[in-house]
Amino acid sequence: MSLLTLRRNFFNVHVITTTKIYRENCLRWYIGDLASYDFIPKKYRHLSATNKFTMFCEKAVELIRELHRMGDGQLPAFNEDGIRQVLEEMKALYEQNQTDVNEAKTEGKSELIPSIKFRHSCLLRNQRCIAAYLYDRLLRIRALRWEYGSVLPTTIRFHMCAEEMEWFNQYKKSLATYMRSIGGEEGLDITQDMKPPKSLYIEVRCLKDHGEFEIDDGTVILLKKNSQHFLPRWKCEQLIRQGVLEHVIS
Amino acid sequence: MADGVSDSDLSGGEESREEVTMTPAELIARLEQAWLNEKFSPELMENKSELVECVMEQLTHMEENLQRVRKGDVKASVHRMEIDRIRFVLSSYLRSRLQKIERFFPHVLEKEKSRADGDPSFLSPEEFAFAKEFLANTEVYLRNVALKHMPPNLQSIDMLKAVPEPCLDSFVFLRVKERQENILVEPETDEQREYVVDLDKGSQHLMRYRTIAPLVASGAVQLI
Repeated sequence: MSLLTLRRNFFNVHVITTTKIYRENCLRWYIGDLASYDFIPKKYRHLSATNKFTMFCEKAVELIRELHRMGDGQLPAFNEDGIRQVLEEMKALYEQNQTDVNEAKTEGKSELIPSIKFRHSCLLRNQRCIAAYLYDRLLRIRALRWEYGSVLPTTIRFHMCAEEMEWFNQYKKSLATYMRSIGGEEGLDITQDMKPPKSLYIEVRCLKDHGEFEIDDGTVILLKKNSQHFLPRWKCEQLIRQGVLEHVIS
Repeated sequence: MADGVSDSDLSGGEESREEVTMTPAELIARLEQAWLNEKFSPELMENKSELVECVMEQLTHMEENLQRVRKGDVKASVHRMEIDRIRFVLSSYLRSRLQKIERFFPHVLEKEKSRADGDPSFLSPEEFAFAKEFLANTEVYLRNVALKHMPPNLQSIDMLKAVPEPCLDSFVFLRVKERQENILVEPETDEQREYVVDLDKGSQHLMRYRTIAPLVASGAVQLI
């Protein structure tokens, strides 16, 4: 029969336990495992370690992680649901703060101030995470204009929300206006000439039917699938990037 | 170079609008210097729109000359290559500038707003318009997607704080064009002390950009 002992539990309430359990629990308390306590009053059970703690701002950080996972400038689908959840959390935090601020002012409860400050920093963190998520997506979308040209593939367009599409259209327009104004006359398309010129003419193979294609001296070439041509490099650059032609390096 | 070929009708006998007339060779050399400086510098360099205009004029001139030449002439392909090269350098230069404007847009606009009237401008009028549109576009987007749904006291973001500044302490390679004396190098860590170096003409160094930024602007060193 083990000795009985009296001890205070975590909640400073005297409980009777055996010496053995007491010693074990002291060790567990040291390690931090609340759930091993012999008896947790019902109203504190939600604090037990077997329940998952959810912190504030977790959803916001998850948004960032989602982007971080997709490397290489790929654009994942717009996580409207995630943003909505973060905004809801912000609304809840703000409303709790409003009540507390009023209470603190009217009833002079200055002990509410630390939790008010805590909620405010959660709000700032959420705002920062959302801004980072949205801005990083904008950078990826901007890169798409330089990669694919003015018209984006439909698969990518599905991943963009309406406002992102609007941003893209505005960006295209700004860029076009700027390019047209270069040098004072017709302008210069700086989305071309991405690589230093190595040779004048290059051998290209046609990957899809593209129809007729006119080159500088007036001759018209029919771009049929799998046909090969020896064409001026500067004419082919855009088509190579769009995937219509393929540079053949023999 | 266009001047390497003896045919005078193929090279542009270009008179620039500046007070100093430049030969095409000098013009292209200056373009290449501006291009390299812009590529390797962490911040946006001074605006060189007269240079850009002159180069564009030169290019159109060369294209016109090329049209007049008999087809199949060997010299024509060499000149065509030349035009492509110059166009690549110019495009790359303008792309570098545009990328930096987009990356640092709030700081670039702030710098332009706060410069004195006599100081040279960092943005051409078109670049300035582009930067303003970029800022407006981004702000409208952020407001409509997220900020307007946030609590009232959080509905704005200070772009100057949110967007990182260019890192002026990054290291750059440079070649010295004019001898410089008594350049003060600031300490990086607490153990170091500041010291003074002399830069000899023709020597090459690896230094923090912040130390030699004014020298790049004045043309005394060239980034490589």
